Amino acid sequence: MDKGAVLEMRGICKYFPGVRALEKVDFTLREGEIHALMGENGAGKSTLIKVLTGVYPMDGGEVTLSGSPVHIKSPQDAQNTGIATVYQEITLCPNLTVAENMYIGRTSGPLTNWKKMNNSAGKLLEELGIPVSPTEQLGNCSIAVQQMVAIARAVDMDCKVLILDEPTSSLDEQEVQKLFNLMRDLKSKGVGIIFVTHFLEQVYEVCDRITVLRDGKLVGEYIIEDLPRVQLVSKMLGKDFDDMADIKSDSAAESIDLNGTPVYQAINLSGTTGIKPFDFEIHKGEVNGFTGLLGSGRSESVRAIFGADRVTGGQVKINGKTVKIRKPLDAMKHGISYLPEDRKLDGIVGDLSVRDNIILALQVMKGFFRPFSRAQAEKFADEYIKLLNIKTASSDTPIKSLSGGNQQKVILARWLLADPVYLILDEPTRGIDVGTKVEIQKLVLKLAAEGKSVTFISSEIDEMIRTCSRLVVMRDGKVVGELKGDDLNQNKIMATIAGGESK
Amino acid sequence: MTATDTKVNSGKNVKEFISKIVHNQLFIPLAALLLLVLFNLIADPSFFKIALEPSSEGNLILSGNLISIIDNASELAILAIGMTLVTSASGGQDISVGSAIAIAGSVVLRIVKVYSTDISNGQFFGVIVFSFILCAVVAALFGAFNGALVAYFKIQPMVATLILFTAGRSIAAWINNNDNISINDTRFAYFGNFIPGIPVPTPVFITAICLVVIALVLKFTNLRLYSQAVGINSSSSRLNGINPKTIKLLTFIILGVCVAVCGFIKVSRTSSITYSVIANNIEMDAILAVALGGNNLGGGKFNMTASVLGAYVIQFLTTTLYKFKVSSSAISAYKAVVVILLIIMSAPVVRKWINDMKNKRQAAKASSQVGKENI
Repeated sequence: MDKGAVLEMRGICKYFPGVRALEKVDFTLREGEIHALMGENGAGKSTLIKVLTGVYPMDGGEVTLSGSPVHIKSPQDAQNTGIATVYQEITLCPNLTVAENMYIGRTSGPLTNWKKMNNSAGKLLEELGIPVSPTEQLGNCSIAVQQMVAIARAVDMDCKVLILDEPTSSLDEQEVQKLFNLMRDLKSKGVGIIFVTHFLEQVYEVCDRITVLRDGKLVGEYIIEDLPRVQLVSKMLGKDFDDMADIKSDSAAESIDLNGTPVYQAINLSGTTGIKPFDFEIHKGEVNGFTGLLGSGRSESVRAIFGADRVTGGQVKINGKTVKIRKPLDAMKHGISYLPEDRKLDGIVGDLSVRDNIILALQVMKGFFRPFSRAQAEKFADEYIKLLNIKTASSDTPIKSLSGGNQQKVILARWLLADPVYLILDEPTRGIDVGTKVEIQKLVLKLAAEGKSVTFISSEIDEMIRTCSRLVVMRDGKVVGELKGDDLNQNKIMATIAGGESK
Repeated sequence: MTATDTKVNSGKNVKEFISKIVHNQLFIPLAALLLLVLFNLIADPSFFKIALEPSSEGNLILSGNLISIIDNASELAILAIGMTLVTSASGGQDISVGSAIAIAGSVVLRIVKVYSTDISNGQFFGVIVFSFILCAVVAALFGAFNGALVAYFKIQPMVATLILFTAGRSIAAWINNNDNISINDTRFAYFGNFIPGIPVPTPVFITAICLVVIALVLKFTNLRLYSQAVGINSSSSRLNGINPKTIKLLTFIILGVCVAVCGFIKVSRTSSITYSVIANNIEMDAILAVALGGNNLGGGKFNMTASVLGAYVIQFLTTTLYKFKVSSSAISAYKAVVVILLIIMSAPVVRKWINDMKNKRQAAKASSQVGKENI
């Protein structure tokens, strides 16, 4: 046994029908370390975590906790043995209060001392700097706060092993820093932390060790100093890494006629979701983006363009002609496609097959009384599964059993099939693996080169810089700036987002 | 390829074939049906006897348990169509269908009573068509009322339909001033019984027409895709241009039309109506049919054939119990036992458990093979 190892997993196997999700994977977590678990989507990270926390029973292998073998049968079991988890998708109950969520399933006996519970919850939240009242209903809090409550819940459970499965994907920079401080704090107290993320920077910021998985198999365990970023990526992908910087080289940004009639133009567009009226236009073949912090209104803006939320005023012109867009179908009929930010909630139709998910938008545009024949639908699905290299057993597979990146590709396929003139992609790269991220960015530029207009939104600024030729910067529901050309660099963007001096 | 290879392969194919059947949604209702058939075959083979005998009116008609099952399951099968769609789109059930059948039946009787004295066949046919159209419109309106509560006011379906469930039979009585109407014209009874010269009960034909219509609708419209999409993820359906509210409303209206057909058959069977008894508890059987078909009562994907089969299973069970002289007061209890078994068998948890067991066995096999290789 490794010295100081708090958790050891040896030869873990897990099979799903037709898939070997984990094949003899080893994993060691030492006391007081932050250990990154890396791999592409479908590499088996989430499965490994779910096996460890008793969500899935394992089909082979053994787990040792502080030197003694344990058999974890359920998430409750995991909690009791000192393994606490914060999942990628928030698994708390939105209809309960913050305090109830923190203590649910952990009170002893049939009675609950509400006052004491709320008090101790309040104390902990304050300690962690989470700006929420313990009696607030969780569903009313922002996603970021919900995520932090989930972490607070885990922290409060005196855990030996803390698992953070993509905790930062919906947090903004400040919140991430707060979380990191918290992680370092726990680390110094001897807690072993397993950190699953897609953000490479974050790995190199807080982690001590990295374990890389690929296709359900262990690639290796590395000390962070020994593994430069490029090598990490190539280990995750299993091939030499395409230099991401090359992406934009063939972009035809210069050839866009910015003086012509815009493909889409909004004047004083306003909605009910708390954004100020804004003007916006996009030209043929252009890629632009909305940027800003979480909650700055960038998603709300594109939703207003698509008519996803109630639009209360403003004028919209498509190719110079005034049109009315009041609901998503109007936008779709005018050639606008919208890939929503929240894939699980707004994007996929979970139980439906990959095929139905792909044809959905085009089918709706075609009309209720004109369904595609099975053969036609099959043809569309196969074409796009091949084009976007979607990894699925068949087009009949329910979309929910695909990995995140492949689900995203299916949604992308849906909107590409609708053959839009203007494509809005809101966070298409969130929560998916590096390889797919690059693929999507390349695809965006290819579409633009073919004459489509694209609005691209991403939390990762370098992705935006790489793909967009113009950035609309938002703050607190207002458009506060527009950057293009030489202004498109990290510093300038940050400064504009933060507001003020560098104008 | 050697002979043993072929054998192994065919063995594997058979295994695959069996697992494919077992995993099919139709498996549970079909297996239940088969069990009932086997049980009756062993207990009393004469159960399946079908005879062509003259009826009290002197017409030659088919009689026997099987005929009565197919005949009596008609209303349930038709209701299962609408209930399946409502379940799929709204993720809940309509518990007011029994009351709504009373209303529909009452409307039919009111019209037929007024216009049916001493008229020619042609005129009578006109009256029937008119009464059916009117009862369809009324039932569809009540369906729309339920649907509007569910779709626009976002009330849970069971609560929304509780209103009509409570009020429906009073409304039905009110339509005919609480009179005990009975129709003396024998032609009216054709639709719930037999048409002279045709030995098969008329409801069977009506059900067949309904099934063909819904099959065509599902084939030539996007009703299936839309209601499934709305039931699974309403927010994402909306962003794909579907209006979830319209779809939910539509499914309730379709159920309303199904209710109208049932009401029509019901009152024609007896040529009369008892407001508090007609189609009593049929809503529960209709919901049960959907569940027996292995459909998720929480909405989403559905299998129409399985639901309809479920309806026939329920009727088969009821008739079997009657046949074995179970007293009508005890019949519900017997039914409940069988239903519990069927529902547990088709529960996703149990199916998952069975799957897990299978996976575990496979994994054990795989690891033991690896072990052998190492040796």
